Amino acid sequence: MRAFSLLAKIKKGRYVVTDPKHVSHKANSTPRFLRELLRLWRDASFRPLIMQGTVVLIIVMLAIWVISNTMHNLEHRGISTGFDFLSQEAGFGIIQSLVEYDESHSYGRTFVVGMLNTLLVSGLGIFFATILGFLVGIARLSSNWLLARLASVFIETFRNIPLLLQILFWYFSVLAALPHPRQSYALWDSIFLNLRGLFLHKPIIEQGLLPVMVSVLVAIGLTLLFRLKNRMRRLDTGKPIPGASLWMTALLLGIPAVVWGLSGATLTLDTPVLKGFNFRGGIAIIPELGALLLALTIYTAAFIAEVVRAGIESVQKGQKEAAASLGLKPGKVLSLVVIPQAMRVIIPPLTNQYLNLAKNSSLATAIGYPDLVSVFAGTTLNQTGQAVEVIAMTMAVYLTISLTVSLLMNTYNKRMALIER
Amino acid sequence: MACQSTASDSNNNYIKGANLMDELLDRSAIKDSIKKDEQAEVDIQHESGIDQSTLIEISGLNKWYGQFHVLRDINLNVSKGEKIVICGPSGSGKSTLIRCINCLEEHQEGSIVVDGTRLTNDLKNIETIRREVGMVFQQFNLFPHLTILENCTLAPIWVRKQSRKDAEKVAMEYLERVRIPDQANKYPGQLSGGQQQRVAIARSLCMNPEVMLFDEPTSALDPEMIKEVLDVMIELAQEGMTMLCVTHEMGFARTVADRVIFMDEGQIIEQAPPEAFFSNPRSDRTRKFLGQVLNH
Amino acid sequence: MMNHELKMIPAREPPVMAVGVLAWIRNNLFASTLSIVATLLIVYGLFLSIPPLVQWALVDATWFGADSNACNREGACWAFVTARLDQFIYGFYPAEHQWRPNLFFAQLAVLVLWLSLKWTPGKQWVLGYSLLLMPFVSWFLLYGDLPGLEKVETHQWGGLMLTLLLALCGMIASLPFGVLLALGRRSNMPVIRSLCTAYIELWRGVPLITVLFMASVMLPLFVPEEVVFDKLLRALIGIILFQSAYMAEVVRGGLQAIPKGQFEAFNSLGLSYWQGMIMIILPQAMRLVIPGVVNTFIALFKDTSLVLVIGLFDLLAIIQAGLNDPAWLGNSVEGYLFAGFVFWIFCYGMSKYSQRLEQQLHQGR
Repeated sequence: MRAFSLLAKIKKGRYVVTDPKHVSHKANSTPRFLRELLRLWRDASFRPLIMQGTVVLIIVMLAIWVISNTMHNLEHRGISTGFDFLSQEAGFGIIQSLVEYDESHSYGRTFVVGMLNTLLVSGLGIFFATILGFLVGIARLSSNWLLARLASVFIETFRNIPLLLQILFWYFSVLAALPHPRQSYALWDSIFLNLRGLFLHKPIIEQGLLPVMVSVLVAIGLTLLFRLKNRMRRLDTGKPIPGASLWMTALLLGIPAVVWGLSGATLTLDTPVLKGFNFRGGIAIIPELGALLLALTIYTAAFIAEVVRAGIESVQKGQKEAAASLGLKPGKVLSLVVIPQAMRVIIPPLTNQYLNLAKNSSLATAIGYPDLVSVFAGTTLNQTGQAVEVIAMTMAVYLTISLTVSLLMNTYNKRMALIER
Repeated sequence: MACQSTASDSNNNYIKGANLMDELLDRSAIKDSIKKDEQAEVDIQHESGIDQSTLIEISGLNKWYGQFHVLRDINLNVSKGEKIVICGPSGSGKSTLIRCINCLEEHQEGSIVVDGTRLTNDLKNIETIRREVGMVFQQFNLFPHLTILENCTLAPIWVRKQSRKDAEKVAMEYLERVRIPDQANKYPGQLSGGQQQRVAIARSLCMNPEVMLFDEPTSALDPEMIKEVLDVMIELAQEGMTMLCVTHEMGFARTVADRVIFMDEGQIIEQAPPEAFFSNPRSDRTRKFLGQVLNH
Repeated sequence: MMNHELKMIPAREPPVMAVGVLAWIRNNLFASTLSIVATLLIVYGLFLSIPPLVQWALVDATWFGADSNACNREGACWAFVTARLDQFIYGFYPAEHQWRPNLFFAQLAVLVLWLSLKWTPGKQWVLGYSLLLMPFVSWFLLYGDLPGLEKVETHQWGGLMLTLLLALCGMIASLPFGVLLALGRRSNMPVIRSLCTAYIELWRGVPLITVLFMASVMLPLFVPEEVVFDKLLRALIGIILFQSAYMAEVVRGGLQAIPKGQFEAFNSLGLSYWQGMIMIILPQAMRLVIPGVVNTFIALFKDTSLVLVIGLFDLLAIIQAGLNDPAWLGNSVEGYLFAGFVFWIFCYGMSKYSQRLEQQLHQGR
């Protein structure tokens, strides 16, 4: 306040010298304006507006500065802008693609290929890491001391070593030490493991096989329906349908078997065959995918194991004792009391681990697995030089995945919280 | 009217409370008593023999939490040196009322004037009022990372701009008056609830306030500690401090209060000097409430 | 007949199988059939794997040598690590100036010890130095370009030194941003709140590697041509942008744990927003979030290895580069094991420290 009035005084003095007529007007208006501003600044409902306005103004100015710099720099370096490059021919090969792809396809296609590869490795990684993580987490709580120790050594080792190091280790030290294709490790002459990857049979779906697959789905559906029915009956009358599990097995296996027999379809397998220096045919899991998958699975499993352990431990001992004292068998105590409560604690951090895994799959670029970052933010960026567009698109993909999942998680958490009350 | 309150309000609880109150209470009884209430105000002005200069002037105060009308047309004048006890069932808006006075809660209609300063949007006024109004909370709200002495000197140093030495001298005086000078260098966590609440009173007094607001100061205390806190409050009252006190301690009200106010459903139902209030309550609702509070 | 004389029962020894080593073994290793099977399998597995591993890593190992040929092919070739240890620690930092990184390491060790030991005085001053001055002191010490200190370009930095420097500077610089973002996300002002939320969710939603790509490729485009960032600084900016989002979430957790009454108490005493935040809320919140901060530091420490993809030579990258040296081909296992060991020591140590802090916090409440 003092500073403001001082300012006004100084101004007044200067104007007296130059233009007395102008001064009287200026001298009166400036302090009034400042006083008004000060009044607004002290007003509880205006100060937030002023502050927010200032922040927005600063950000907008910063953005304008950055954009004009970027435009200037791009022009200077002769880099074009816009998304036209997506339809240009890419001209480079990709070692693994889930959709048809070769050098003549466009950069847009490389984006799709990379994205699908990222989704593939994330999906597989989540699947395996969940299984391994739950196993290790439960082993960590085992009453067997050796097993619990072993599990905790596993957890402490793998979560305290950088993932990138683990990926490099599996890729350069372990998988690179495998024998050449001619000396492959073979299992029953149908699964081959060597330097070039893991080779599996690939089932070929023929016309006749289609009804069989449909029947498998139908059988699964019917079994679930039967189970539900059995459960309802059990809750209604207190007695299950006699021989329920036998019925279910019969349904599950019988229907597909009968359909297969009737349709007379034969299952053909595309067998990997050694030709020249490598195997042809079948499903090939390239070592890049293998190493990435191994590292992601083990690293994330170590974290998931901790999540699982914390979840199970979060269920109070009293809950188990109360359930047992009601006469529930140990199996029922677990499935009806402990697990439902533990899952409520486990699921949010578990989802977080899944997201981490998906984001971590971007480390693929270090060993050349063609994921989104490697193919698109790597090769495509280098060839086109359009850094802004390429990196924005790459980030957008991950951001979409993350935000979608956290949105779902928030809904889930809200529902859980409501039920709790 | 917007308060610069950094704490967020939990509206839902109040709305829930509202529905509950509607079901529980018989509204007609309250409406009957409102007319009588206006008369009561006039009576009191005549009866009380204290200094007539008004310190707090609340008129036409209305406040809503979302759709829920928590405070309804509150008119209340507090004279200098007056001690007022506010009671009423939970959810009746009594805490909200005193929290409006130092702008912990914002109100939507009406005016509050404290010691000549009108509570407006002007942050300067809010600051002035908060300096003049001390508050003691149900949960003590001492700062657990500061020692007792630091708790007491914080605001004098940073708000009143006193020197550390002066602030500490004043703080020790007040700590002596609440009878815990020997605990000055301990942390709040090391003290019992009663001691903590006495520190909280001393902390407010260190700002040398004109008015003290007490928001259920003994409700979170174990029974054996209530007395030590009440003793301090009684002493304070005898020294002539202006006090607004939300409490269920009817014994305290009888001894100290110049005026007892009964609130329900966001309204002032009845106000009277303690003798009249306890011996001859005018509304049914007050009678019922007193029956519940006194007979247990 | 009632006998009124009370006969005291003397305490007896428990049965042999109920206490002691035998009981422990029975309860923890052979409690059930399943447990017996598991024990036997694990013992057999350890018997198969441990002796050859020890044989390879210790007994048959070669510890010193000039190149791969000096190594016994049956055992580990630790000579690869010992011969290049200097490089793994200092990168390409000139040998005659290596006392400077040494001083940097010594400084870190003293600070860490000072802050973690119980009886050392003046912790707040040491903490203040670590958070405010230490990064700059370290920078000038290592970079030089001062009278008496020769300039050492950042492209010569590398190894463990660079790993520590990146993690520490990234961490310390992101702390204030994290606090501001967390306060912003809890603010009453909708515009500021949504801006902070958007920032936090943006960086938490993308992998660090894309952030590093962005920092190394896009950052030079964002500033006028005359301004040239060096590669290390660009990586650091990327790390700070990224890390402050994570830090903000940790701090927010602490802020949420502070009861509403604390806000009301400082408001009613007439303290302003910033006075209350700085003197009342943040000191309490920061104490609560120390374990969380240590945990994000561990994550960052591991993540610094990602700078490999933008061509900086941190510990992992320099080992990776060493593996391609024709004189030392075929030593990748030893190299990775060494790197893993160093990272593990740091991360495991810090995670134990954070667990201890967490327990102290729980006891203190």
